[in-house]
Amino acid sequence: MTKKPFSQHVDLDMFIPATSAEKEYMVQMRPSSTFFKDGVKRLLKNKVATVCFFIIVLITLMSIFLPMFWPYSYDQMLGITPGRPVDPSYNNLAPFEYGSTEQERIAAGESVFPHIFGTDASGRDYFIRVIYGTRISLAVGFFASIIVLIIGLTIGSIAGYCGGKVDLVIMRIVDMIYSLPDMLMVILLSSVLKVSGLEQAIEGTVLAKIGSNIISLFIVFGVLYWVSMSRLIRGQILSLREQEYVLAARATGAKGGWIIRKHLIPNCISVVVISTALQIPSAIFTESYLSFLGLGVNAPMPSLGSLAADALNGMSTYPLRLVIPAIVISLIVLSLNLFGDGLRDAFDPKLNN
Amino acid sequence: MNSKLLWYIIKRLLLAVATVWLVITVTFFVTRAVPGGPFLSEKATTEAVTAALEAKYGLDKPVFQQYLTYLKDIITELDFGPSLKQRGREVIDIIGDGLKTSAKLGVIAAFSALAVGVVLGAVAALRRNKIIDKVIMVITTAFVSMPSFIMGSLLLVVFAVKLHMLPANGSTAEGLILPIITLSLYPMAYITRLTRSSMLDVLGQDYIRTAKAKGVSGPRIIFGHALKNSLIPVITYFGPMLAYIITGSLVVEQVFAVPGIGRAFVNSITNRDYPLIMGTTIVLATLIVVMNLISDLLYKVVDPRINLE
Repeated sequence: MTKKPFSQHVDLDMFIPATSAEKEYMVQMRPSSTFFKDGVKRLLKNKVATVCFFIIVLITLMSIFLPMFWPYSYDQMLGITPGRPVDPSYNNLAPFEYGSTEQERIAAGESVFPHIFGTDASGRDYFIRVIYGTRISLAVGFFASIIVLIIGLTIGSIAGYCGGKVDLVIMRIVDMIYSLPDMLMVILLSSVLKVSGLEQAIEGTVLAKIGSNIISLFIVFGVLYWVSMSRLIRGQILSLREQEYVLAARATGAKGGWIIRKHLIPNCISVVVISTALQIPSAIFTESYLSFLGLGVNAPMPSLGSLAADALNGMSTYPLRLVIPAIVISLIVLSLNLFGDGLRDAFDPKLNN
Repeated sequence: MNSKLLWYIIKRLLLAVATVWLVITVTFFVTRAVPGGPFLSEKATTEAVTAALEAKYGLDKPVFQQYLTYLKDIITELDFGPSLKQRGREVIDIIGDGLKTSAKLGVIAAFSALAVGVVLGAVAALRRNKIIDKVIMVITTAFVSMPSFIMGSLLLVVFAVKLHMLPANGSTAEGLILPIITLSLYPMAYITRLTRSSMLDVLGQDYIRTAKAKGVSGPRIIFGHALKNSLIPVITYFGPMLAYIITGSLVVEQVFAVPGIGRAFVNSITNRDYPLIMGTTIVLATLIVVMNLISDLLYKVVDPRINLE
């Protein structure tokens, strides 16, 4: 049968089964990769960032799980037993030394858990205090960054998406807060919040255990530190909202909140995650700084900053007590910074071009 | 272009004024939230005494009127009121005394950070990936990730307590050496990294290749062409560096017992001397805002390529 050149009829010759040689072409040489997988692969290639990641995970796990089965607690003064005079032999022990009653028990053949870093001036096991301090510092860094993230994300995306007058007003406010000297404001606000009834307000709740100072630190972070995050997100959203898929979503009748949540935020999520990761070390820095000035955690709860500050008094005789928290803070901040940099190199698509 | 620059300067000036106003306002209303008001100490007094004190400090007037008076006193005669704890002294006098010491400390720290940082950064860039570059980068990374009070304490342990080389107390001229080193280490490390990366950037530019092709000598390329252009980012860091040095000096002065404004501020927090807290915050904040303004303007003037939004 001859086929007319402009006929719509299907040419059956085009539907013969493929030969095995042709099938070879269709074999998937390697599984398709997602953006996330690519990023993880790039991150793992970065040795420094990978090592830092494991250091962070190790420190975090230690600070969470070690206190659960450690025989000493952070506020237990070992020299004090009810009904007996205070035993001063427990105060200021050097690493792997024991108090008098412990030495008796060792002489009697019992095994006593060692004080790895010794004890402090009140006879508290210093190792567990450092671990607890690390826990507090990490928690403060983490939650402060989450607060900054939530506020910055909300305000930044509203400013970016609405544009016009809303954007102008929000951005002028951001400009002003941005040029405020943050540390001075943090100190001012925490010193005032400390005495202005916050203590009574949180009494009896879970928050009371954390202490009013840390709560005021969170408040301060929430008030001051969201600006750079919201600037970043606004910039991202300003460029994203001009994309065709946003126009398409709007044409099909999607509302503003839906477009922000389903289209804009997922597309700038990598930038957001990276800057949140880089926010954590700066929050830890701020907390240690405030603890050093006596505006941080409430005693007897330790944080790395307050441990270092306490150690300053006996610095010449017990330099180890200053050096240990100093090393831990520096290690955490350094690894978080390097890991954050690695994360940015691996996940920020703009840097790859 | 010039009118654009002028417009930018006006905009930045307005923003700076607004920021200082915001600082004063926040400081005022935040300290007003303290129970009993900032001018009253916590000691129990009779009602008559309290009333007399309130009348003396104008606390019986409406809050907004107090605010206007406070604002007016600051603007017209730099009057922050009397100190609560140091009887008979005005806040502005305490600040002035402290600033003399702190300014000396800060200026020397800033300039030594700048000098050492630029040299180290240039050396690292010129010897890229050599051992000296790696050593410089590792050391500066360590300095950047260490809080200043820890750095200060460690220096104190090593040089004052163990080696007895320098005094631990910062009230003498010799005693200022350690605080200056402590304060300058972080900005020095930052400037080193900044200079290194911008120097590497500049060295890859076409005009450097042209100069090389023309047969210009190595030092001449570095000092005549590369260094000048690679210092532009360092100028932007000037403002933040000053802010760092000011807030850093709060703890460093505490560690070394330097009688500066930072120590006065920290002591005023522990003493709850609110007029002093307010005064110091406002003065230091204004200083930081002004320095940021100058560094931003300088940046735009020095590099005409910068886009003025």
